[in-house]
Amino acid sequence: MKHPVPALLLLIALVFPLSLLAGRVWLDFTSTPNAAVILSELRLPRSVLALMVGAGLGAAGAAMQGYLRNPLADPGLFGIAPMAALGAVASFWFGVSASVWLLPMFALTGAAAGMALLALIAGRTGGIALFTLAGLMIASLAGTLTSLAISTAPNAFAMSEIVTWLMGALTDRSWHDVYLAAPLTLAGIGCLLMTGRGLDALILGDLAARSLGMRPAALQGWLIAGIGLTVGSGVAVAGIIGFVGLVVPHLVRPFTDRRPSSLIVPSALAGALLVLAADSAVRVLPLVTELRLGIALSLIGAPFFLWLLLRMRKGLA
Amino acid sequence: MMLRAKNLILAHRLDGVSAAFQPGRITAICGPNGAGKSTLLCALAALIRADSGEVLLGDTLLCAMPTQIRAQRIGYLPQNGEVAWDVAVRSLVALGQMPRRDDAPEVVERALAALDLLPFAERPVSTLSGGERARALLARVLAGEPEWLLADEPLAALDIGHQLTLLRHLRRVADGGTGVVLVLHDLALAMNHADRVLVLDCGKLVKEGAPHEALSEQLIAQVWGIEAHWIGEHGARALVAG
Repeated sequence: MKHPVPALLLLIALVFPLSLLAGRVWLDFTSTPNAAVILSELRLPRSVLALMVGAGLGAAGAAMQGYLRNPLADPGLFGIAPMAALGAVASFWFGVSASVWLLPMFALTGAAAGMALLALIAGRTGGIALFTLAGLMIASLAGTLTSLAISTAPNAFAMSEIVTWLMGALTDRSWHDVYLAAPLTLAGIGCLLMTGRGLDALILGDLAARSLGMRPAALQGWLIAGIGLTVGSGVAVAGIIGFVGLVVPHLVRPFTDRRPSSLIVPSALAGALLVLAADSAVRVLPLVTELRLGIALSLIGAPFFLWLLLRMRKGLA
Repeated sequence: MMLRAKNLILAHRLDGVSAAFQPGRITAICGPNGAGKSTLLCALAALIRADSGEVLLGDTLLCAMPTQIRAQRIGYLPQNGEVAWDVAVRSLVALGQMPRRDDAPEVVERALAALDLLPFAERPVSTLSGGERARALLARVLAGEPEWLLADEPLAALDIGHQLTLLRHLRRVADGGTGVVLVLHDLALAMNHADRVLVLDCGKLVKEGAPHEALSEQLIAQVWGIEAHWIGEHGARALVAG
């Protein structure tokens, strides 16, 4: 199967209605009180948001792995997600997180600052090593500042809010979040699609890619914009949701011709499907409180990552 | 159109190299390790910019040419032969068409056929032998139908049979009007298969001319520091050291 898009669309079409019904209370239109309101104001925006966040993370992961020519690459490597998280944490620190718009705006400002910093440090040379190192340093700095914000939180409630938010979740999200994330995510995926030809050329290495007309600085520009918009908007509405960008391209790659350009759209769809399914699952798990989506996906992603490392080690041996 | 390098200087790598390359001919660039061969090839492909000097294609400065046009006209095959993802041979060869505005599947088929790759077209690159992989990478450049083919040690790591097969293909390409510039370590291959040879040493062009002139025993002694003698007939010479 070299064209997985129809199959993924079909799976999403099957899982999406189930996700609308799934929850601590399974929706039954004949017996559940206010079923229509629960559906339209809680379940529907949450499921749409899961699709958006997952699609953005999946597409960003595929582009990152293509750019770095490394199957272990993850969108978090460039420091944009940690910077977005730092922005959101700042909104808790300053006590403005209760506003519908201010928390995501702080997160998006953090993501934009990360993108600008990355472009400023590495954008002119187009060199992959400098770009990656700059991303790692930005991620490290953002992580440190986030820890500082937690340790100096003005009160215990703010600290608890920050820690809980960082775990990532789609609980109690509304249409406001969808209106914010959807256009940014779609624009970001559009930017990532623009990187397709350049990423394909990079299959042959940097020199050969440039001989084929790949312009490193332009490629980096599209990549920064694409990852900034998809990951930044995802973090703004859902917190840190790890491993989707790492795992999804691996799941999809065997069903494509393995060119990075052919992986972006299927990864977006598979990411959407994975987050939608995982978010539905955390709702129905019989736990006292709902398992955070970020934790659930890490529980899936970390063993997968280890399995990937073992497989690579076997390949090298 | 001629490809010309004019007084190329790049710190510690090239020291005032000037040379003219003819279309329809095979030119070999030879020299010991660190002589600047690969650097010169990269400069000819406009993949690195020299500190001073210029590269011209016809009368046009290569660095002033739009990237896309330059990519259409000059095909470059790097030394390492990297293929990051395990794509099928046909997909790999089709990458060569990237600089063109229109996809031409028949050109990809022609490049696959020219290098006897049609039986492997759907196979992943990782399943190819060294020789098949080298042919696939060369077919990738041919699929772009460039005016110039610049290849950095395309014969390295190939056995003699595959070397000769690849050289026959390159001769056919040159006969079709494409300018072929090869970095070669094997002086016998340069002597027997190139139309013209450039010898570099420490970033300087020390000799340029027909193979028997440029690769004289005296020059080999001077540049490589070895006593060596050519034996055999014209077109089938071997270099014997000592």
